[in-house]
Amino acid sequence: MTELNLELNKNISGRYGEYGGQYIPETLMNELDRMTKAYEHYKNDPEFKTELHDLLVDYANRPSLLYYAERMTKDLGGAQIYLKREDLNHTGAHKINNVIGQALLAKHMGKTRLIAETGAGQHGVATATIAAYFGMECEIFMGKEDTDRQRLNVYRMELLGAKVHPVTSGSMVLKDAINAALQDWTKRVDDTFYLMGSATGPHPYPLMVRDFQSVISQESKKQLKEKTGKLPDMVVACVGGGSNAIGSFANYIDDPSVQLVGAEAAGKGVETELTAATVERGSDGIFHGMKSMFLQNKTGQINPVYSISAGLDYPGVGPEHAYLAKTGRAQYVGITDDEAVQAFEYIAKTEGIVAAIESCHAVAYVEKIAPKMRKDQIIVCTLSGRGDKDVASIAKYRGVDIDE
Amino acid sequence: MSKLTDAFKNQKAFIPFVAANDPDFEGTVNNVVALAKGGADIVELGIPFSDPIADGPVIQAADLRALKADPDLPMDTIFDMVKEIRKQTDVPLAFLTYLNIVFQYGYEAFTARCEELGIYGLVIPDMPLEERGELAPIAEKHNVDLIPLVTPISADRIEKIAAAATGFIYVVSSLGVTGERSEFANGLADLVNRIRKVTDVPTAIGFGIHTPEQATEMAQIADGAIVGSACVNIVAEYGHQAPAKLTDYTKQMKAAVNANPVR
Ligand SMILES: Cc1ncc(COP(=O)(O)O)c(C=O)c1O
Repeated sequence: MTELNLELNKNISGRYGEYGGQYIPETLMNELDRMTKAYEHYKNDPEFKTELHDLLVDYANRPSLLYYAERMTKDLGGAQIYLKREDLNHTGAHKINNVIGQALLAKHMGKTRLIAETGAGQHGVATATIAAYFGMECEIFMGKEDTDRQRLNVYRMELLGAKVHPVTSGSMVLKDAINAALQDWTKRVDDTFYLMGSATGPHPYPLMVRDFQSVISQESKKQLKEKTGKLPDMVVACVGGGSNAIGSFANYIDDPSVQLVGAEAAGKGVETELTAATVERGSDGIFHGMKSMFLQNKTGQINPVYSISAGLDYPGVGPEHAYLAKTGRAQYVGITDDEAVQAFEYIAKTEGIVAAIESCHAVAYVEKIAPKMRKDQIIVCTLSGRGDKDVASIAKYRGVDIDE
Repeated sequence: MSKLTDAFKNQKAFIPFVAANDPDFEGTVNNVVALAKGGADIVELGIPFSDPIADGPVIQAADLRALKADPDLPMDTIFDMVKEIRKQTDVPLAFLTYLNIVFQYGYEAFTARCEELGIYGLVIPDMPLEERGELAPIAEKHNVDLIPLVTPISADRIEKIAAAATGFIYVVSSLGVTGERSEFANGLADLVNRIRKVTDVPTAIGFGIHTPEQATEMAQIADGAIVGSACVNIVAEYGHQAPAKLTDYTKQMKAAVNANPVR
């Protein structure tokens, strides 16, 4: 594997058109500034880059496979489908790419304590994992609703040595966990690094997370070239806050022939109140440190959101996605719970892969679009994680009662 | 001169806070009028936000109560509350809210309404110096001060923030979120002195102050004291009976900020 190019992003201003910025309490401004400067410094530091590379290869199991899904391709009868297998990474999702990068930066900044928010628990588990690896203290904030729903992941984090705080304020889900993590950080910035889990929040997070996740498209571009000699015609990834998607898009943004598609969680339907389809249903706003798109009411109160997938259950989207949507460079499509669950079962039966319910939102879109494309066209679809964690809830969705 | 700056003239200022629509429309009007009656120099009226990241449990709970009563709680309803308040008192008012609320209403329309109703300032915890540019010229046009926050770890940002300030400067007493405390950060006097070297704009310390003794101590350091959670607790406990209590509490605190400290 070649070293990760952290210089891909020429725009380091923290603004993506009108989106982005640092809308965050004064208490955190100096710390964000230190983080920005540290990142600018270390991303050019050969020693840092070598360490990052070694961790990605030796610890996270990179490069991840680019797998030709021959059965799916045949069955759907259109474009050739390649799956970027982030589900095969250590800890079972793309989250580890970002976590390694940020934790390494934290270490170089002299931080000894990592805090993070988590929804389903995937980012919490990844953060707890890297904290164990680096011997750092680790505290995870998780909505009380989610700690109740995801007891197994709570135990996993504790097993890895992290302390999990159930958050009982607000609606007790992911957005409240982010609020609580930000609040904890304002109390204790000197030794603490807030390890943000998606390409969201104030600058420099969207930039850093994009850079660390861009390993996905750096690899897929090279792998596809080796296999086919071509660029893909379309790249598809699911979008919660947007980290796996921005990483999947990053190396193709300047290739206009490559269509970029983000699959959002439509929940019970984009037109219903039970949705998390931010780009389609949301509007411009300012929240969690960024100007971006959010699901909110007319006054500007942030809406409760819904999706079967805890990892996509967020009322906003990273600022670069808002920009890509606004400029038309990327398209965002809503996938309902029903469609995602159907895709979960479909990819299991056709390819023998149990993929995360989040990732299956992208798979569901591929099922719709591939048959409409020509056989010489190519889709690269990111499988952001593996689906073991979802088996029990999918069974429940289908009315099957199994012991966890 | 700014009406908010004026409130600090010749005396130390006491600045209480209550949340709008807690417990309801009428209660809000009565609470603010009661604070004015007790001698408040400025009243901060909080516009509830679903996700108040700079606030501790007490004010978070007030915001939730306010929004539970009316999940949509239109900004125009809050402006109507101010209209009612203005029939009974001309106490200087400032809003405390999060930027999204102002952004959704529109910066121009929001600050124009503020000017019309005598809201002289906005405290917006998620709008640091670097992001005030999109709102500042519009607010200035409508004579609305953007009250900046300075914290014990603002370090070399202190002078930059102070230089841009109008109205007054909100000095955050300690790290973390709003809520009652028993201790404050060291070095607040140095922080205030650094501000005073750059500007004549007055300073008020907030976050955690609830007892008269604390108010006296903080008013020795700065030009005024801001009290949020303690007032909100009174509203939470007494509901529609809160106004009389708020008046009493304000009298006590107002005397405290202007008292000589017992050493
Ligand atoms: C497997 C998986 N995919 C996707 C996501 C969504 O996050 P993002 O949009 O940042 O990639 C999550 C979040 O928890 C996840 O666990």
